[in-house]
Amino acid sequence: MNYLPLFTALPLLGAFLTPLLSKIFEKIGDIISTIITTLLLILSIYSTFLLPIFGNIYVYEIGKWSLSPIPLGIIFAFDSLSLLMVLAINLLSFACAIYSVRYLDGYTGRWKFWTLFLLMVAGLNGIAITGDLFNLFVFTEISAISSYALVAFGVEKEDLEASFKYQVIGEIGGLTILLAIALIYAKTSTLNMADIANTLTNENKGILFWFIVSLLTFGFLIKSALFPFHFWLPDAHSQAPAPISAMLSGIFIKILGIYSLSRLVFNIFGLNRSNAPHYFDILIVLGILSIIIAGFIALRQTNYKRLLAYSTISQVGYIFVGLGIGNFWGVVGALALLFAHALGKGLLFLTAGSVEKTSGTLNIEELCTSQKRLPFYGVIYTLGALSLAGVPPFLGFFPKLFLILGAIKEKMLGVGIVLGIFSVLTLAYLLKITNKVFTNKKEGEKVGVPISTIFSFLLLIGLIFILGVFYFNYLYPNLIEKAGEAIMRGIDYAKLVLMR
Amino acid sequence: MKGMTVIVKTITKLLCGLIFLYGIYIIAHGHLTPGGGFAGGVIIAASFILLILAFGSEEFKEQMGYLYSSIFESVGGLLFLLIALFGLLLGISFFYNFLPKGKLFMLFSSGIIPLCNLAIGIKVGAGLFAIFLAIAASRFIIKE
Amino acid sequence: MLPYIGCIILFLIGIYAILTKRNIIKIAIGFCLLEYAVNLFFALIGYKKGSLAPIYTQINQQRNFVDPIPQALVLTAIVIGLGTTALLLSVAIRLHEKYKTFDIKEIKRLKE
Repeated sequence: MNYLPLFTALPLLGAFLTPLLSKIFEKIGDIISTIITTLLLILSIYSTFLLPIFGNIYVYEIGKWSLSPIPLGIIFAFDSLSLLMVLAINLLSFACAIYSVRYLDGYTGRWKFWTLFLLMVAGLNGIAITGDLFNLFVFTEISAISSYALVAFGVEKEDLEASFKYQVIGEIGGLTILLAIALIYAKTSTLNMADIANTLTNENKGILFWFIVSLLTFGFLIKSALFPFHFWLPDAHSQAPAPISAMLSGIFIKILGIYSLSRLVFNIFGLNRSNAPHYFDILIVLGILSIIIAGFIALRQTNYKRLLAYSTISQVGYIFVGLGIGNFWGVVGALALLFAHALGKGLLFLTAGSVEKTSGTLNIEELCTSQKRLPFYGVIYTLGALSLAGVPPFLGFFPKLFLILGAIKEKMLGVGIVLGIFSVLTLAYLLKITNKVFTNKKEGEKVGVPISTIFSFLLLIGLIFILGVFYFNYLYPNLIEKAGEAIMRGIDYAKLVLMR
Repeated sequence: MKGMTVIVKTITKLLCGLIFLYGIYIIAHGHLTPGGGFAGGVIIAASFILLILAFGSEEFKEQMGYLYSSIFESVGGLLFLLIALFGLLLGISFFYNFLPKGKLFMLFSSGIIPLCNLAIGIKVGAGLFAIFLAIAASRFIIKE
Repeated sequence: MLPYIGCIILFLIGIYAILTKRNIIKIAIGFCLLEYAVNLFFALIGYKKGSLAPIYTQINQQRNFVDPIPQALVLTAIVIGLGTTALLLSVAIRLHEKYKTFDIKEIKRLKE
């Protein structure tokens, strides 16, 4: 599997080539980006067939600095959890890249968008495959800085204000993570994730350890917008251009916050429900507060994208409840919800972009009274909303089922009831848009749909439907169950990485 | 922005080339003395910024400055990435050290580190100069 | 112990500036202070008593060196901080052009 560095090297190559070549040809950015995202998607699908041959974990040493006797170099450790993340990143970025080709017709400086977009994809891929702690921080900052610039891309007043608020809050999180990394290095004097796991198991978990864990949790919870730290998300995700909102809500907050936190907490520090119950209880409490509060605020929104942004906070609360439950079904439910929400919420934000381009406004009341009929977008939106709310046989039904199963097995009936009730609330506020924007338009002009938009929508909705119907044939046993095992095996991750 | 007095202009004419040379020295000896790519790149950018600050931005062709710094920045980034990918093309590993390590304390030694320093120096110098132009020196680019 | 206390004080001053100041340029300066504090803390971790800077010279000395890895990591973190500060200040300047004020209490067009 020697092509593993290409996941970060290819988008970086595109990001450096685009400013150079766009001074000669005008639209070379579109061509380069679509080629690169297609190649990345092919590589990640090829990896799903290749990874089981290596025993579900593959270690790539950069510069061939060998891991024994002392791990000195940077490694890429690719296991089943990384595979699920890489697949989600490249699918969503492929769909968003193809969608953006027509969406960017109203913006100036097209090549800047493609450069920043490819840098963000390179950073996200790097976070998912790396096995070194400081490398994780560097890729986090690369993709975070690209996203700050992309949120402010269409330079209106509100975009700049949202980007400023997002930057200050996000960077405080980033600096807290750097402080925690400094303390980890002071304690273990190594930066390799597997070696840190080995060094920390033999020591007593005193005050410094819990200080480091709380600093890291604070930093990563800011990046993933859980309840007390979510104040940047509605502004940033509603003011960004639509494909960037889809990428941010769909995969960015998940990789930066949820994947990094679960990799560090489960695989490196080795915490699980039996030796640290209070930590996981805190995650469950914060998750439930997110679900409830963001769900109720979402009901009152009048802006299309802001409603979807509050819905994202609510679903991230579900994922944290799943991780906090801590047993196999909870973790599997969290990962399945991550994947289903990435595809579903990405689709919903892309429809928001198309509605904005055709009708010129995002206010739900104004769209209710406008005279344009949007049947294609309406059908796609409703199917995506049904998947997100957990209606069978779509992709979003199984995660909610796994979460409720996990809650019942852990004897937390209250949590299970809350999860069930708020799925219904999710359906309510998502269908509010269908009711007001897409229905009851008998007369009015019909709006045409460009081909690239049709392609990306059909790709996403087709995946949601087919992967949902054949869930237990393909998606669950190959990807999600193995990723759940990769988390639940805990500290054994270190033995597997250092043995290769 | 306006330029400065005659004294500053004369001294700048004498010094900016020396500052540029000092920056190249810091980049080239990055594997022997403290410094390296980033610090040398900042000094190179500082020599250009000194020129603009002393002579004023009306005398300066901002459009061409912006174009050239953008080109050099992309070239620096591409050079670094191609050095890294060269090992992958040879079939061995990403970032593999394909140059000989040489003797201690010589200028042409220690593998690919001087080349990487050069690429980083070009990229950082051009990048900082482009940031200065975009933020401070020219209202023309901001109005675009 | 004293340099570490200095780092913590600098960190607290940075957080105070971000939280209480109303001018967005002062918020950006508080942000730079926060970064200085974290980078300084990181670089101080590698210190060993009675050691030299980690550079091989042609004089053959048998002294210990301080840890060079935090220095390399801090170099990367300083460059990341440079990128972040540049972006923050560009957004602040464009904000001033659109809203005609630097006061953060006036820049609140996005509500609820």
